Amino acid sequence: MQSQASAQSTQSSVANGDILLEVKGLKMYFPVTAGAIMQKTVGYIKAVDDVSFFVRKGETLGLVGESGCGKSTTGRSILQFSKPTEGEVRFEGVDLTQLSSQEMRRMRERMQIVFQDPYSSLNPRMTAGAIVGEPVKIHHKVANRTELRERVDELFEVVGLNPTMAGRYPHEFSGGQRQRIGIARALALNPSFIVCDEPVSALDVSIQAQVINLFEELQERFNLTYLFIAHDLSVVRHIADRIAVMYLGHLVEVAPAEELYANPMHPYTQALLSAVPIPDPRIEATRQRIILKGEIPSPLNPPAGCVFHPRCPIMTESCKAAMPELVEMSPDHWVACINA
Amino acid sequence: MAPLLEIKDLHVGFTTDAGTVKAVDGVSYSVDLGETLAIVGESGCGKSVGALSVMGLLPHPAGKVLGGEILFGGTNLLNVSNLDMRHIRGKEIAMVFQEPMTSLNPLLTIGRQLTEGLELHMHMNSKQAQARAVELLELVEITDGARRLSQYPHHLSGGMRQRVMLALALSCEPRLIIADEPTTALDVTIQAQILELMKRITDESGMALVIITHNLGIVARYADTVNIMYAGRVVEGGTADEIYASPRHPYTRGLMRSVPRPDVPRTAKLEPIEGQPPDLMDLPPGCSFEPRCPHATDQCRAEAPPLLQITPGHTTACWLADQLEPATAVVSQLK
Repeated sequence: MQSQASAQSTQSSVANGDILLEVKGLKMYFPVTAGAIMQKTVGYIKAVDDVSFFVRKGETLGLVGESGCGKSTTGRSILQFSKPTEGEVRFEGVDLTQLSSQEMRRMRERMQIVFQDPYSSLNPRMTAGAIVGEPVKIHHKVANRTELRERVDELFEVVGLNPTMAGRYPHEFSGGQRQRIGIARALALNPSFIVCDEPVSALDVSIQAQVINLFEELQERFNLTYLFIAHDLSVVRHIADRIAVMYLGHLVEVAPAEELYANPMHPYTQALLSAVPIPDPRIEATRQRIILKGEIPSPLNPPAGCVFHPRCPIMTESCKAAMPELVEMSPDHWVACINA
Repeated sequence: MAPLLEIKDLHVGFTTDAGTVKAVDGVSYSVDLGETLAIVGESGCGKSVGALSVMGLLPHPAGKVLGGEILFGGTNLLNVSNLDMRHIRGKEIAMVFQEPMTSLNPLLTIGRQLTEGLELHMHMNSKQAQARAVELLELVEITDGARRLSQYPHHLSGGMRQRVMLALALSCEPRLIIADEPTTALDVTIQAQILELMKRITDESGMALVIITHNLGIVARYADTVNIMYAGRVVEGGTADEIYASPRHPYTRGLMRSVPRPDVPRTAKLEPIEGQPPDLMDLPPGCSFEPRCPHATDQCRAEAPPLLQITPGHTTACWLADQLEPATAVVSQLK
């Protein structure tokens, strides 16, 4: 019940801004089975293990971490792609985990996702126009073909694509354009919340900037709220208002973006920030870096106590006892470390 | 003395049903022992194809060197027979590939993959090779090397595999290592581990290192010299300090402006380079960056600019290199 208590205190400290989404004690365990016919569960992969956070209306929360830390699983379990093992996901006060699939389907009008890979997330047999128009059709937002056509054209223009390209197939577009199609599809139902799951990491640098700017423009224009999942800390610094750092299924630090970069408190955040090279040789020539030892442990068999302790440069004996809770060290700056 | 590797006016084309793709279109550069050269560019700019031609590993039969010279220690590798190339590849020049999942043989143990080259190139017997393989694994900071030798690539994590790749590349003490996006597939903290290791080993042994990357941060940290490539050509080259302090080519400047920096607070919008790279089958007649360039003139549309020296050790291929505002402004604007 500790997690609930901490989630409650999280809520109470939020004075400013309405909360659009609140995640409380979210757990997503995937069973690991053995045996050919008589399948037995031999363990669980704890992809997300007791995660609590909130997203305010109109803000961008950056969720960062390395591969396998559970950041994408968190995004997907918010949208109920699979039922979380435990925990609550409250969207405008409604607990999504309690909804029937029919009710959830209606809810998805307001919450959408943009995927990482613009190659595999678009059906190659559908035209771009059909892809963008599909949600509009499924949710009966238009009365006839003309209206559908108009809506698709409008969406194309919103994301900076020429509507005359609606008849083309995904392979005829470049990576950046495909990501724009994915964004247009996500916008089709006028959502208020979008999970952006590494939406620019497959793109070339010069195209990345175009798509990041598009996300920012759309946020302003349609008053969108983003959960922006990424591993690139430079991109997140640019786009996020607040940042949550995840490691091996747990949140280890949550803070406003500038605060996090200026004053990272968790040793993992510090190492993560220091691992990113800065594009300036004069700075790099004198910069000291924290190079973490070892690799990320398997979520099948996570370390006891604080999950980061085997790699932590400031580990003490008591770190092996229990995973620390997120504690508010300064206003809005939460850290899960007993030595921070 | 001539540099260790010198590429002169290299042209590489790929034959397709629709025509020839000019993947590398007149590229020249050189790298010497003890030097780290970074080749920077976006997908399809020809940075990897250039490296594959050095190794003689262009996809056959589609890829062909159409002209130019690749001089390694004075020998033109393009005139070397396939058999002799085998004595150079792996022994004199080694390569670290991007994807350690696919570039190690899944059916051979780590030990066999390491000892193969040692036996072949270094004429060791299997016992010596085994012992050397353990040493190599230690060099790349893999503990418990003796046990690792009997493991297969799928037993190892991505970072470990890339360490094995590096051990493989180092095994025959080559004079040149070409690393093609060596850490792109890895997580940031693992990326830092591998790059620091690579830098330390190449510094200590004094070999030449060519890093192919699209990451401007990696270049800033590890490279002595830089070549910026666009649409099959080098558009700017020089020392890393010089290029970052005063980029001259509009593409280089555009790149530096469009990349969000981890050390700069969110201020204004990013300034992307508008448009997309050109189709390599149908390059514009003039400068290939002209369609996206904010400064393009009639001369740019008519004629491709040559790569010219503007200050000692700094070359750029732009008709307007002298006329554009001093680029130091670009950097200070960011701060």
